[in-house]
Amino acid sequence: MKYAYYPGCSLEATGKEYNQSAKIVARQLGIELWEIPDWSCCGATAAHNADHLLSLALPARNLAIAEKEGLDVAVPCAACFNRLRAVEKEVRESETMRATISEIIGTEYKASNTTRCMLDVMVQGVGLEKIREQVVKPLSGLKLASYYGCLLVRPPDLTAFDDPEDPVLMDNLIEVLGGEAVKWPYKTECCGGSLSTVRKDIGFRLIYEILRRARDAGAEAIVTACPLCLLNLDMRQAQVAAANNDKLNLPIFYFTELMGVAMGYAPKDLGLTTHFVNPVPLLEAKEILRHPATRRETA
Amino acid sequence: MERVELADSLRQGQALIQQLEAESGVTLTECYQCGKCAAGCPVAFAMDYTPRQIIRLLQLGLGEEAIKSHTPWLCASCQACYTRCPREVNLPRLMEAVRQEARRRGVIKEKNVEIFDRAFLDSVKRYGRSHEMGIIIQSNLQSMQPFKDVMLGPPMFFKGKISPLPSKIKDVANVKEIFARARAKRGNKH
Ligand code: SF4
Ligand code: SF4
Repeated sequence: MKYAYYPGCSLEATGKEYNQSAKIVARQLGIELWEIPDWSCCGATAAHNADHLLSLALPARNLAIAEKEGLDVAVPCAACFNRLRAVEKEVRESETMRATISEIIGTEYKASNTTRCMLDVMVQGVGLEKIREQVVKPLSGLKLASYYGCLLVRPPDLTAFDDPEDPVLMDNLIEVLGGEAVKWPYKTECCGGSLSTVRKDIGFRLIYEILRRARDAGAEAIVTACPLCLLNLDMRQAQVAAANNDKLNLPIFYFTELMGVAMGYAPKDLGLTTHFVNPVPLLEAKEILRHPATRRETA
Repeated sequence: MERVELADSLRQGQALIQQLEAESGVTLTECYQCGKCAAGCPVAFAMDYTPRQIIRLLQLGLGEEAIKSHTPWLCASCQACYTRCPREVNLPRLMEAVRQEARRRGVIKEKNVEIFDRAFLDSVKRYGRSHEMGIIIQSNLQSMQPFKDVMLGPPMFFKGKISPLPSKIKDVANVKEIFARARAKRGNKH
């Protein structure tokens, strides 16, 4: 199983550990990732706030490189995934758009390849049974809130791999890893993205609601597939808690990090030690790390 | 909102309404004002007009009023409304179109949003990638809050989460061309 890999800008910076853990887990599952050479930014929300064509052309540049290689694209970041799918759809549905985009990026792009998010690639592409076979340190006793956020599952005509209102892929994955997925109402609520930077008053409220509801549902940690969500829920958590006279201390994981832990990799190799809310004590308290054999990342 | 003469504004506003419909691909009459969008919008509490009200303004030909609203600037493009709308009205695209028209007219209702987006796109144009630290510093400086988030800097730096230097792609020239060609094409119907 081989994919063109589009990490996206966040995974080079604030989302480093997502990149690290996704690569480790992919290799363990036998997924070959071919990083798109000289990939560029997808433009994120800023591009489509500014100019619709630009917001399609920026991701198309990357997809065209993968298409020439004859590969489908795997992308961990939920926001990039959404942008990549947007251009794929528009180009596939309209001959005019195909011509326009090809002209703007200076090379042919026909959208003959498909973009899949890493969660889908692993859970549905590889399959839960294969994943189960790799579990050596089950996440026993760990209560987790699966948090999909907005752009991973919406709008459904773009994302099309899980239910937009009650997605279950991450919940199923948690169960296979040996953890417990709690039921909670904020699975697909939006974290506000950059609102926490540009309008703190609004952004913090959205973040707090998500954190509070996860905790109230009995979750000990939150699992996400989006670097923007992680940034908001993890990095901003102390500020948000203080602003609400609350103590939260809820570790936030990427699903790939938890897969790595369950597969026996050391927290440090997965990047878990770079989180603001340190998740290691929770894993230790649950005695998840105590099981024998720790795989070491040697690549 | 101030008092408006409905018949007059209807006549005058038609060109703007048609333009917004063309740019967003939304047919305004599709919306039957059920309010499901507003009920599920996570940012509605902070908006001056709810998403449903923005559509209503446009249906009435009151585009000018919509352009003066903070709502399109605050929309997080979370796609909840579009996903749930029984009429499949693509509200996020409509918000985008209203915001772009407001920008063209120099009506910037949320300065920080504009500064952030510009800093982001500048980074993409210059390096081919977005550089988070550069963007945060640039947008904090320009919004006259140079020390906002400064406490987050050192730990992020320490954890290797933000790099002091942006990574630059080899073919930045190609990305610059993409910006230029997209800009040249704007105005064409799409
Ligand atoms: S949900 Fe759709 S039909 Fe209902 S008010 Fe909103 S845009 Fe109109
Ligand atoms: S896309 Fe915008 S208007 Fe629609 S629900 Fe989300 S924030 Fe509200």
